[in-house]
Amino acid sequence: MPRFESTDHLREYRRQLVAKRDPNQTQVMVCAGPGCLPMGSEEVAAAFREEFEKNGLGAKVLLKECGCHGLCAGAVRVLIRPQEITYQHVTPEDVPEIVEKTLKEGQVVDRLVYEDLHSHEKAVHKGEIPFFKGQMPIVLRKLDVIDPTSMDDYLAMGGYRGLRQALLEMKPDEIIDAVDKSGLRGRGGGGFPTGRKWRICQDELEEPKFIICNGDEGDPGAFMDRAVMEGDPHAVLEGMIIGAFAIGASKGYIYVRHEYPLAVRRLQLAIDQAREAGFLGKNILRSGFNFDIQISRGAGAFVCGEETALIHSMEGNIGEPSPRPPYPAQAGLFGKPTVINNVETWANVPEIINMGADWYAGIGTENSKGTKVFSLVGAVNQTGLVEVPMGTTLRQIVYDLGGGIRQDREFKAVQTGGPSGGCIPAQFLDLPVDYDSLQSVGSIMGSGGMIVMDTTSCMVDVARYFINFLYEESCGKCTPCREGLKNLLFILDEIIHGRGTEEQLALMEELCDTMAAASICGLGKSAVNPIRSTIKYFREEYLAHIRDKKCHALVCRPLLKYTIDPETCTGCLACVRECPVGAISGKKKLPQELDQELCVKCGLCYEACQFDAVHIE
Amino acid sequence: MDLPRLETILSRYEGETWDLIPVLQDIQDSYSYLPKDELQVVAERLNVPLTQIYSVATFFKMFSLIPKGKHQIKVCCGTTCHLRGGGRVAESMSHRLGVEVGYTTKDMQFSLETVGCLGSCAQAPVVMIDDRYFGRTTVDKVPKILKLYK
Repeated sequence: MPRFESTDHLREYRRQLVAKRDPNQTQVMVCAGPGCLPMGSEEVAAAFREEFEKNGLGAKVLLKECGCHGLCAGAVRVLIRPQEITYQHVTPEDVPEIVEKTLKEGQVVDRLVYEDLHSHEKAVHKGEIPFFKGQMPIVLRKLDVIDPTSMDDYLAMGGYRGLRQALLEMKPDEIIDAVDKSGLRGRGGGGFPTGRKWRICQDELEEPKFIICNGDEGDPGAFMDRAVMEGDPHAVLEGMIIGAFAIGASKGYIYVRHEYPLAVRRLQLAIDQAREAGFLGKNILRSGFNFDIQISRGAGAFVCGEETALIHSMEGNIGEPSPRPPYPAQAGLFGKPTVINNVETWANVPEIINMGADWYAGIGTENSKGTKVFSLVGAVNQTGLVEVPMGTTLRQIVYDLGGGIRQDREFKAVQTGGPSGGCIPAQFLDLPVDYDSLQSVGSIMGSGGMIVMDTTSCMVDVARYFINFLYEESCGKCTPCREGLKNLLFILDEIIHGRGTEEQLALMEELCDTMAAASICGLGKSAVNPIRSTIKYFREEYLAHIRDKKCHALVCRPLLKYTIDPETCTGCLACVRECPVGAISGKKKLPQELDQELCVKCGLCYEACQFDAVHIE
Repeated sequence: MDLPRLETILSRYEGETWDLIPVLQDIQDSYSYLPKDELQVVAERLNVPLTQIYSVATFFKMFSLIPKGKHQIKVCCGTTCHLRGGGRVAESMSHRLGVEVGYTTKDMQFSLETVGCLGSCAQAPVVMIDDRYFGRTTVDKVPKILKLYK
């Protein structure tokens, strides 16, 4: 990698890079994204390498372990270019056949292509799969094209073109104007207008100024930032460098949670490459602008996703938030003006500079511009990452892209916004998704987690899950959050044990009012959303637990009873081995008996049984 | 105390108070816990009161004041994993290893913990052992997974 001393140099390098590349080059893209890694994508890639070696294809075929392909339900995914053939559920055993049939003979391996669950129609090419129709990838555009460890790949896709333009053809004010005009709002959850935040920071006289990329993606159920950091790390860097130039920052930090070790490695490699190429460091592209980026690893605290808490932890303190104002843009890291934006927000910036603010502002709804990446998971058939224009309806996302609910069960709710969000019931399926509409139904956009629930989920259990999560993650600094969560959890436990009262429902709502009004930071203020939304839309479920002592979704343990059906039990003893309390007994090959006194209702026997002999009531 | 080991870690930093968390992270990674004597040295070098070090060390989840096992098992209990039975996987792990969640086996082989979200939600329930992910783990897969490390 050369050090780019001028824009002409960069342009010429890119020209040669693209000219050298054969558009008909056969490429095998093995997805190594968050969805495919746990399903063995490393083993699949290794099998390809071995097979290429055996067949002498090493020089002819390019193998890339790339970022997320999007449709995680089909893990491990393999995409073959230039034919754009997509295979799913690929295992190392399938690799010899793919090499033989597709790479050598140009045929499609029929059994590995996408098949629609309902129509049974097959789709060989990416564009034909319903999951990808209706999507508009901007942030995810490069993920299944580039090798995240190759800066050349990023440059060949037009990477650092936005930076070149910003640095040499635009004044800082013009950059901020463009971001402002694009209508980009913070993708981390708050939805604050990015341009306005930058302007506040630019206007501050205090020096030095800092830039922070918030990669502390703590919302359970959200993994888009992980996918971007792992799959397209240079886009994050490029956005940050542009932002730093606009506000006049000299130092940037990327705060990554420690649960994402691969993201840390990929970002570090990208930073090293960018330094070598002269995109980071002194006198970037001879513009006179100096800027560098460093990674800061999170140490495991959900509250550090909150910007003031994040700053405190970067200063070497515990991650307790502090009241705003002053906002970090006025007095942030070490008391200096600091712009904090989320990973996805930064990744949008180069595209806005490249394609123009008007183009970006032309996508989306009145007050929410551009696209949003969602992690569509839970009870849908086609789980994965989707990027859609703001204003796409929940129904389109859940049914058209997500292929509807698993096993044709009934849709119950979609949970957005993580622990700060709410559960949206079926009556709002036609809601166009944007910042304001989600808020109007008691949820929030959040970072983009979208967890679909069907009739097997209990909404009281879901509320308890989030309150318990927040109870454990609350830093304990302010009383409304600390005590409020403790009491909410207590009441929810009472309800789940069949000891709840209807007065307690009212008490929970009262607690929520206090917490929303008086907590210091967003964690406590928004912790009420899971409670409020479930009580509002699913009150009858609470009442079933309180009045009838029943959990119709068969989730809340204390209200369940497990039995073993002597007719179907084969006496295989799988349940006996699993039972942690020794509640199951009987002779081998004879029906087993479950002692109700000893049973702790953990459900391990139910899951272990291969013959459906364990029943729940 | 293994002073050269600690010196190697400290030499990566400039010794400012804001280096505290990265230094502790490096010690945690290298020692698998934060030894008391080492923390005393860190306090002196970074000029941070020992009380603040303990405050930080007990606030963040990645730090441990007692040694952790050879393999770190993280069972994801994020929303999707919770809904799809991550809790049962954690219980099964706990039962099979004979150790409570949050603790280490007597032979120091495994530390078992549950975590907020590992970010592989499409393959819920997810388990991470050291740097390796296991997707769609069910109770019956637990023995097979553990066998890889025994």
